[in-house]
Amino acid sequence: MPDTSNGQPSDQPVQPAQAAQASGRPGGGATGNAPARGATTGATIELENLTKRYPGSEAPAVDNVNMEIKAGETVIFVGPSGCGKSTTLKMINRLIEPSSGRIRIGDEDVTGIDPVKLRRKVGYAIQSSGLFPHMTVAQNIALVPKMVGWRGARVTARVEEMLDLVGLDPREFHDRYPRQLSGGQQQRVGVARALAADPPVLLMDEPFGAVDPITRDHLQDELIRLQHELHKTIVFVTHDFDEAIKLGDRIAVLRDRSHIAQFDTPEAILTNPADDFVSGFVGAGAALKRLNLTRVRDVTVEDIPTAVIDDPLQSIFDLFRSASINEVLLLDRHRRPYKWLRRGDLSRAKGSLARAGTLVADTVTRDATLRDALEAVLTDNAGRVPVTGRRGEYTGVVDMETLMNSVHELLEADRLDAVEHQHQLHEARSHQTHLEQEGAAGGSTPRGPGQEAGA
Amino acid sequence: MSRAGTGGPGGRAGRAGTDLPPPDETRAVDVERRPPAPSAQPPRLTWQKLTFLPATIAVGLLATWLWFRGAELDSIARNAIADGNVWLRLRQHVELTAISTFFVLIIAIPLGIALTRRRLRPAVPVVLAIANIGQATPAIGLLALLVIWLGIGTKAALVGIVAYAVLPVLANTIAGLRAIDPTLIEAARGIGMSAVGVLRKVELPLAVPLILAGVRTALVLNVGTATLAYFGGGGGLGDLIATGINNQRMPVLVLGSILTVALALLVDWLASVVELLLRPRGLEGDA
Repeated sequence: MPDTSNGQPSDQPVQPAQAAQASGRPGGGATGNAPARGATTGATIELENLTKRYPGSEAPAVDNVNMEIKAGETVIFVGPSGCGKSTTLKMINRLIEPSSGRIRIGDEDVTGIDPVKLRRKVGYAIQSSGLFPHMTVAQNIALVPKMVGWRGARVTARVEEMLDLVGLDPREFHDRYPRQLSGGQQQRVGVARALAADPPVLLMDEPFGAVDPITRDHLQDELIRLQHELHKTIVFVTHDFDEAIKLGDRIAVLRDRSHIAQFDTPEAILTNPADDFVSGFVGAGAALKRLNLTRVRDVTVEDIPTAVIDDPLQSIFDLFRSASINEVLLLDRHRRPYKWLRRGDLSRAKGSLARAGTLVADTVTRDATLRDALEAVLTDNAGRVPVTGRRGEYTGVVDMETLMNSVHELLEADRLDAVEHQHQLHEARSHQTHLEQEGAAGGSTPRGPGQEAGA
Repeated sequence: MSRAGTGGPGGRAGRAGTDLPPPDETRAVDVERRPPAPSAQPPRLTWQKLTFLPATIAVGLLATWLWFRGAELDSIARNAIADGNVWLRLRQHVELTAISTFFVLIIAIPLGIALTRRRLRPAVPVVLAIANIGQATPAIGLLALLVIWLGIGTKAALVGIVAYAVLPVLANTIAGLRAIDPTLIEAARGIGMSAVGVLRKVELPLAVPLILAGVRTALVLNVGTATLAYFGGGGGLGDLIATGINNQRMPVLVLGSILTVALALLVDWLASVVELLLRPRGLEGDA
């Protein structure tokens, strides 16, 4: 199927909602206009008729995969266990030699080059980190830079830089052994090691599969942040569709023998699954999952009256009196959300700020998904959740109404998209039928733009 | 028991702020709250470990010496230990052990490495069976056969000792290399190590503890089998023992035996110290 690579109907439309969303998604901006961005350090990957046959088995483990991955894009391979997604990934750095087909990274055909040289240029991170237990964190990270011939001070500096990049304090973690780290920290070091020699391509084989859900969530956020900074080309294998939605610019849903069931943006797969297999994989609650695709920064963050804990009491009273407001958000000295103060709270607490009001239960950052925000709104009885900046300082609030409105807008936009797509498909089909009826085209029927989705 | 409970993964959320910080906080928080790194590992060699066994051996040897001085020695016995004969035999014994162990290492470890490479893996049962024969045959019988073949002398004795000790080192090398998590090896290849690199930087260091355990076994075995070298004309402390038995001179027999035992214990202790020192740092605590 040569068409899977260029079949993204959702790339063309320029509906405002989608455009905003695309630029809001980390890495999404890089994919949208990759050549225009100087920051893109990734390389394209092209897989051409990639096939793996193991001796002694009839059916190939991976059958004729064709795929084009753009520079700076995060592509997720998702599919049931044993569908060959991992095998496909490992063929990209030739840990598994393909039986036939070609692999191109950047403009170089790497199918025939020395696999050791190839792998030094391709980052590789695996489940449960794959750190070498007898080497310190620094030694683990320094491995690839040393292998590609970096020397002394440059390697040391790079190790510090990488630890810093993945959010581990170099002074503290430099000389630790892997067993002295938590699972999440090990995984971070694993990613640091994979990125150490600055490869344009990063392959990740279920890297977060062995950590607990909370840590996994953190690691996913970190990866999004990293990718936002680095713009590598990432190929990421997982069996967790939610993870795929969260991380991927595009998702390849794979079925048996790595056949591509659908290769498209998360939005398109959620709203317009190609077939029953894909919709089965998407699972229930597509509307809720849709919330994962939008970030707080993409919706209107409102401003509400605030007071700082050091303000004189009188000014807070004045605030309540002057405006017809019922609630003030009290901030601490670093302008971090601290307490909700309702009208009457102060007088009930006899004018003591220390006793008045209810503590802020939860906050979200601008990078949080709308789903996180909804969760926070639902658990906080204020019906709204403060949004915080980099250092936890208050930047605004998101409330229930904003959330509902934006979800409606999103779903509506998706629906229109789907209708449009169906329409194109329909037109293409009727055009083809028309041609066939005319009998003009003989063997070579021109292919319509939306045809591939029906194939 | 209750401590184990609170330390388990279930307690994570509850003790986040108090006991240990959760593993994944942002770095800004890390620096402030994390306890100092557990880099101060307990020293590998404790004072007791270093002194207890050598002291015991020294006391044993001293007691033997005192007893031996007080013992009645006739001319045959005196003859057996005259002219520094004891030192000569002891030196021969140490030499036999050292040389044979050296050969065991250069035969068994490379062979073990070769047999864990994919291409030679089918040969493992065959080679192990042969090595097994070496060990299963009674050492003295093997020695007799070798003397017939190679003639009397140190050479026959050495070959016999080596044949006898190859198996533990070989088996442990294979086991040590096979016990490595295959995902680690895949990770090593995945980040671009060559086959030699994987072996040198990952496989061997990780197999070191098991290989060394095999070497230690072989060393002790060699001290023991070297006593039989006397029967092949190889000398060693076996000479004293045999003289003591043949002539029924108890003091000579006891001297030979105790020196052998002390040597074996000493070698074992030395090997255990080396084992501790060479074990890769990061592996401590999980073996």
